[in-house]
Amino acid sequence: MLARLVGLLAALTIALSWGAVAVAAPGAGPVTGAGDTAPVTTASMLPLQQTEAPDDAEETQQPEEPAELLRGTLRGPDRQPLSGLTITVTRDGEEVGSTVTDDQGQWEVGLPGPGTYAVGYDPAELPEGVVPREEGGEQLQGVVVRPGAAQGVIFQLAGDGEGEGVPGGGSGAGAAGPTLLSKVAQLLVEGIKFGAIIAITSVGLSLVFGTTRLINFAHGEFVTIGAVVAFFASTGGPLPLVLGAVVAIAFAAALAGGLELSVWRPMRRRSTGLIQMFIVAIGLSLVLRHLVLVVFGSRRRQYDEFTLQPAWDLGLVRITPRDLVITVLAFLVMVLVAVMLQRTRTGKAMRAVNDNQDLARASGIDVERVVMVVWLVGGGLAGLGGVLYGLTQAIYPEMGFTLLLLMFAGVILGGIGSAYGAMIGSLAIGVISQLSTLWFPASLQFMWALLAMILVLLFRPQGILGRRERIG
Amino acid sequence: MDLLAILSNSVRGAFGPEAAIYALAAIGLNIHFGYTGLLNFGQVGFMLVGAYGTAVPVVAWGWPLWAGVLVGVLCAVLLALLLGFPTLRLRGDYLAIATIAAAEVLRYLYRSSWAEPLTGGVFGLKQFAGGFYAFNPYSGPLDLGWLTFSPRALWVMTVGWGAAFLAAGLVALLIHSPWGRVLRSVREDEQAARSLGKNVFAYKMQSLVLGGVMGALAGALIGINSQALNPDSFMPIITFYLWTIMILGGASRVLAPIVGSVVFWFLLTFLDSALRQAIGTGLVPASVLVASDIGAVRFAAVGLGLMLLMMFRPAGLMGDQKELRLDVR
Repeated sequence: MLARLVGLLAALTIALSWGAVAVAAPGAGPVTGAGDTAPVTTASMLPLQQTEAPDDAEETQQPEEPAELLRGTLRGPDRQPLSGLTITVTRDGEEVGSTVTDDQGQWEVGLPGPGTYAVGYDPAELPEGVVPREEGGEQLQGVVVRPGAAQGVIFQLAGDGEGEGVPGGGSGAGAAGPTLLSKVAQLLVEGIKFGAIIAITSVGLSLVFGTTRLINFAHGEFVTIGAVVAFFASTGGPLPLVLGAVVAIAFAAALAGGLELSVWRPMRRRSTGLIQMFIVAIGLSLVLRHLVLVVFGSRRRQYDEFTLQPAWDLGLVRITPRDLVITVLAFLVMVLVAVMLQRTRTGKAMRAVNDNQDLARASGIDVERVVMVVWLVGGGLAGLGGVLYGLTQAIYPEMGFTLLLLMFAGVILGGIGSAYGAMIGSLAIGVISQLSTLWFPASLQFMWALLAMILVLLFRPQGILGRRERIG
Repeated sequence: MDLLAILSNSVRGAFGPEAAIYALAAIGLNIHFGYTGLLNFGQVGFMLVGAYGTAVPVVAWGWPLWAGVLVGVLCAVLLALLLGFPTLRLRGDYLAIATIAAAEVLRYLYRSSWAEPLTGGVFGLKQFAGGFYAFNPYSGPLDLGWLTFSPRALWVMTVGWGAAFLAAGLVALLIHSPWGRVLRSVREDEQAARSLGKNVFAYKMQSLVLGGVMGALAGALIGINSQALNPDSFMPIITFYLWTIMILGGASRVLAPIVGSVVFWFLLTFLDSALRQAIGTGLVPASVLVASDIGAVRFAAVGLGLMLLMMFRPAGLMGDQKELRLDVR
């Protein structure tokens, strides 16, 4: 038991030492709002920071921020902060307050109370060649401020002549012309990109389940931690993002390996029940996620490289070079994983352990070593997936958990335990969630993916490629 | 450091309305997991439909509050049936993933623009529980010198703890009935129960409905207590709180959720208040933690507690390790 505690401490030390490094890295990069690469809904402003949602039931004792305020960051289309713009807040036509954006482009206006406000700036003050993305976008009406809320406001700006065609990750539907065919094609491209990212993260989840029967609920945290480490190494630190991603992969793999050594292996030795291990994984995911929250903060941020690129027009679809590289890279990684599983000794051993652990052990395979490799590979891939997801959307502490449910959906759709099934299932989930925006609100896109999973459980619980076994 | 203030806060947390509400929801979870062995990780979904079922009829159609609570309970029954049919035949771990996904589906749905005319979308609903406070029998606050409860909190506490103890009593009666014995045999060995001619699926479904209804009542009380509802306060982490409470007390013990909830909220508020003071007095320098990090630290502590409990004492404070074998079959 002592050895185990020491191991656990060691894993925590890894996490904390990384935290310390991250804190030491000064000026943690520019803070952006809910990034405009996220699937922006039609309204051109989003609430920045939902106050820490789950625990407002007990906020009765000490109200922390009694004053309501409006705030935001003004950035041009090249993401350079715009300073010296006058922001005016009015209520029912009466001026409530005004301020000037500072040299970070940030502004904040205190309010007399909750209510509905209008916020605007003078478009004449904008620098040359920058215009509101939409007609009349310099004035936002009906900004609802709830009691005690610091409501974020986003003004969307575009380069002159760029108009609507600013590349975005999500709702490319509006950008690519009106025909249904091109809409579908555009969403398919987005869906495949998104699905490929889910696929490389979910391979680890599926392989870990296949070799150890553990449903690793903390797998999403490897994704978050990968994205965050890359952020602190590149945007908040000295490295270019490509090298930052390498650091992130190494870190996520090391963390996964460390946890295998300190938590999972000892538990397996004691032949702990699977439910027990599942619940431990949930606890672990809470610990890791909220450590990230302390270190990183709850705001969504973005890498400062590759953020805004002109899209290539390929006739039917438009895609930015960044998204193309991400998609190709993700597929390349999937092919590499497949080659490893089919051709290398370790990969074959993984499949053997996956099929029948006892038989594999009897034929001389070092099962513990194989499991270790699975953790390292799975953790590293999850870290890479986190960087890619952070590039296309934004980096925030909940990203891993959001992605985890989609990973589960993909893994179950494809057949749990099978690496190829995880890839196919995840691609399907990505496409489903994007195509759903054709008919349904974008805020519901993940819902359809999860519903698809529940339907699969109903009709073909072993998934597309899963082995037929008794699971009911 | 003002130890008395910390202690008084902690005691307030341990017996306050939230503790009562969580105890009630955890009793429902205890029926699912402790007695039937169902891995329900979507209890918060039942709370969500219970809370909105209560609030929506009052706000949208002007129904009285009691009718709203009834609607909330019916919603929970419906949810249990909808959720149970596809998933109860599956192995435990699949059920866990399906339930957590279902709870998230519901949250997405309730906060979507589709549902906004009824649920208020991301802005939620407010001020619907006037009918509850109109019956408040307490006129003055309870003042113990070092601890005070407002009449409002007292009324919610009375109803909340009353409901929790009633539910616990009901569970005690049920569990010692023939029905409860079948339930536990399903948990221990599904095949054996089936071979004795018991309809395992039906028993699981009844358990899911019963526990879900308790979750819905807890959800209704959450709405009544805060007079404000927002889909984003029903995050999956609430379910993990409930699991921690249940396991802390000791799964498959009648009073465990109540004891677990009191201890859990005492520890949680203690940590919260002690950290707040430590940061306020500069004991913990601002470079390490600031006040806005306390929430995150608290969640991390819950996670760590859940991990350590599961590793070293899965039977909790009052559980019997032999009674409850945690394993997938």
